[in-house]
Amino acid sequence: MEVQKTALYNIHKNLGAKFVPFAGYEMPIQYKDGIVKEHISTRTYAGFFDVSHMGQFFLEGDETLTEALEKIIPADLKSLKINHSKYSFLLNNDGGIIDDLIVTKTEKGFCIILNAACKENDIKQISKFLKNNHKHLLSNDLSLIALQGPKSVEILEKLIPGVSNLKFMTGNNFNYDNENLYVTRSGYTGEDGFEISISDKKVEKLINFLISNEVKPIGLGARDTLRLEAGLCLYGHDLNEKINPIEANLKWAIAKKRKDVGGFNGWEKIKNLLTNGSEKIRVGIKPEGKVIARENTKIFSLDDNEIGLVTSGTFGPSVNAPVAMGYVKSNFAKIGTLIKLEVRGKKYGGKVSGLPFYKKSYVK
Amino acid sequence: MSEKKFSKKHEWVSLDGDVATVGITKHATELLGDIVFAEVPDAGKSVEKEGQAAVVESTKAASDVYSPISGEITEGNKNIVDDPSSINKDPEGASWFFKLKIKNKGEFDSLMSKEEYDKFCKDNPN
Repeated sequence: MEVQKTALYNIHKNLGAKFVPFAGYEMPIQYKDGIVKEHISTRTYAGFFDVSHMGQFFLEGDETLTEALEKIIPADLKSLKINHSKYSFLLNNDGGIIDDLIVTKTEKGFCIILNAACKENDIKQISKFLKNNHKHLLSNDLSLIALQGPKSVEILEKLIPGVSNLKFMTGNNFNYDNENLYVTRSGYTGEDGFEISISDKKVEKLINFLISNEVKPIGLGARDTLRLEAGLCLYGHDLNEKINPIEANLKWAIAKKRKDVGGFNGWEKIKNLLTNGSEKIRVGIKPEGKVIARENTKIFSLDDNEIGLVTSGTFGPSVNAPVAMGYVKSNFAKIGTLIKLEVRGKKYGGKVSGLPFYKKSYVK
Repeated sequence: MSEKKFSKKHEWVSLDGDVATVGITKHATELLGDIVFAEVPDAGKSVEKEGQAAVVESTKAASDVYSPISGEITEGNKNIVDDPSSINKDPEGASWFFKLKIKNKGEFDSLMSKEEYDKFCKDNPN
């Protein structure tokens, strides 16, 4: 398959991006300033992220569309108000997570933001439940820009008046440069911010405005350190088809009504786990000292029994210490439990930590 | 200090009598990005030429640091362990990794000069 580029590829290049192949796209991993500076400028000012590789999947239909989607998504889509968003997942028959996503109710149906690496398969899986009268479209001429950080609201309000009225996990249509665009107050960094769905034709103008307001470009490297400090999962690492939402410690993302009534893929398995608990569960992990416990680091109990595996780990620039997430046997999941981490054949101390590592500052 | 020599694995060595000081090059730090972890060998440890001797990690990944020369470690630089980001600031000066007592000066002489190393980096940008 040919490597794809987003509409902003040349802008990234001019901004000094280092590119890496990611989910079939050439994406910036970092720019000139490097990951730590990019991370800190997002937390203290604002940064923009080109996330146009992610799928923007639009669905239109009547209430039968809602019913169809509820068979594979365990959110309460029937009660979701127009312009409100939920974090949820696509589930397989065994309750395993096919992808994690943000679903927004629109006037005509729904918009679902899908992970780039999963989007083709996601659409195949969703389509199994769709009927002939349900329209669906994976956009191919829209960019998606995340603007994240405490100054985001002040800066974006200057360009698109009204965005400051949005609450976290809501969105609306706005007019910009004689074009309709859709803005949600959301993101994946633990900061206040927005995701802006904008045509490929206008995106450069938006980016130039952000740059003129000293907003820095942020690559995938800092996106990873930011989301990990915020305790958020990365699909393909912390989540996959063999992990269900209960194990992933994401049961909060299944609507209460749906837990009780069911009617979605994997419900029986999930209902059973809700009652009896799962064998393993996702936890935060703080290694002792400076040692970094990366993905696939083995986790041991103090008496040297293997109890789990790290799924994401890095140095957290705002925490100023290494941070990690991973799965441990449930009887080791209590916050403060002392563990050992095997790095380069040597065992280092660590402990189970609450999530997030870095306190979120969303505008509710 | 005397002449500085360079390895293909992006380490530098300077020699003072029979004690060599080893670190990673500025070019290496630019490839690595922000350094957030360093591990250095303890005094007394024997290292072989091109054997793994230390570890350096950036936000992106972990890398081994090899000794371009064989000998016995006399000191690891604890300052870079305490403040790994100092390696990005002064990789070829204060942020050396370890010192070792060498066995064979011929190993030092066979390493690249500054000019040869610069050319090597230009020909092998990654």
